[in-house]
Amino acid sequence: MTDIAAGPRDWATEFDHTREDYAAAAPAIWDELRERCPVAHSPAHGGVWLPVRHADVTAIANDTENFSSEGVIVNAFKPEDLAPKGYAPPITSDPPFHAGARRLLLPAFSPRQVERWEEATRAACRELIDDILQRPDGLADAAVDYAQHIPVRVIAEMLGLPREDGDRFRTFIHRIIETPGQHADLPYEETLVHYLSQVIIQRRREPHRDDLIGFLLQAEMDGQPLTDEHVFGTIALLIVAGIDTTWSALGASLWHLAQHPEDRHRLVEDPEVAPFALEEFLRFYSPVTMARITANDTEIGGCPVPARDWVLLAFPAANRDPEAFERADEFVIDRQRNRHLAFGLGIHRCLGSNLARMELRVALEEWLARIPDYELADPDGVRWSTGQVRGPRTLPIRITSPQEV
Amino acid sequence: MRIALDSQACQGHGRCYSLAPELFDSDDEGYAVLLVDGDVPADLEESARLAADNCPEFAITCQS
Repeated sequence: MTDIAAGPRDWATEFDHTREDYAAAAPAIWDELRERCPVAHSPAHGGVWLPVRHADVTAIANDTENFSSEGVIVNAFKPEDLAPKGYAPPITSDPPFHAGARRLLLPAFSPRQVERWEEATRAACRELIDDILQRPDGLADAAVDYAQHIPVRVIAEMLGLPREDGDRFRTFIHRIIETPGQHADLPYEETLVHYLSQVIIQRRREPHRDDLIGFLLQAEMDGQPLTDEHVFGTIALLIVAGIDTTWSALGASLWHLAQHPEDRHRLVEDPEVAPFALEEFLRFYSPVTMARITANDTEIGGCPVPARDWVLLAFPAANRDPEAFERADEFVIDRQRNRHLAFGLGIHRCLGSNLARMELRVALEEWLARIPDYELADPDGVRWSTGQVRGPRTLPIRITSPQEV
Repeated sequence: MRIALDSQACQGHGRCYSLAPELFDSDDEGYAVLLVDGDVPADLEESARLAADNCPEFAITCQS
């Protein structure tokens, strides 16, 4: 792996999205690149491309022939010969395998099925806020004490895994998405692979439980039960994809609201603005950048790109492109035209988007109902995650609204 | 106003049935279903425009 030295750098040729300096300044970096070098390239991680224009990101997402999902997390270890199935179907799958693997999961994540989890989500939020409001000093960390817990509890319940395993899920995610390639010497017993192997052995003994793991163990594709690798990869996907993503969107929304009392008040006073505000949070603070591997020699926005190269699919950068959005660099709480790509585009549209929206909506409703006024307690203490999912990992706040009695 | 849904382009983002539930519903997999035969009642024209303007796949078209 090429190590890029710390210090001021040329973002067009020396970016590394897994480093703190990139994480802290990402939106400004994308804006600069869009003006100067809209298809950037860096030697980091064995070489990686970063297109930041909406048009280029859209074209890549829709071109599954030239841009394979065989690898979706940029890493020095590039998957090879795994297409079209990949190691975590369907997110790592290409056509034609992709459609069947995705169709299997779509009903469980449809809007009507997601409604089933709303009360459990609300209860989790209320319990966390109860704890926060018990503190006499009015200080809390909105990421650590609130945002990070909510999606973990919901997905654990959907999968039928114990809530206590949540801390382990977050550890796996930190390694896989935020700091990829830095954990080669980890003992096997501490890996996600080991954890899931144990889960599957145990659940094969009681396969008929009514949860997502039970469903996958009994599911069929083309008249055949799913292979162990398929079940394993899909559970890994559901754990990894549904947690730090929503946690990041919620944390970034709370970070924004801490600094914008006018937006907090508008949300409390005008419930009709909430659906538009939710989408604007998703556009302006999109957490997820995906990746692709070029399947052939191809091009991005006229720039030749050879086969087998990593390409970051920076949906957050596309969402701030003034070619695609009016006042792209402004948070417009009641934005009426918002075709944002926070959940991607094309055949890989985020499977959990309905779940994520529900969690984000409920978590913000519950927070603002009981903590309508708060501020950043230590603006310099806010730390943003590195890697392909962007959101605050520490978010110290001070509650300024009167305490409940 | 006329409205059309390109079901081939729809990827189930769900923006239309959230913003215009009188005009769109979700099927069991989350893909959009158009509930009218193409003519938009006058009082739903604004909803129709919102649905079209917020579809990330440009799968909905409105014509006045």
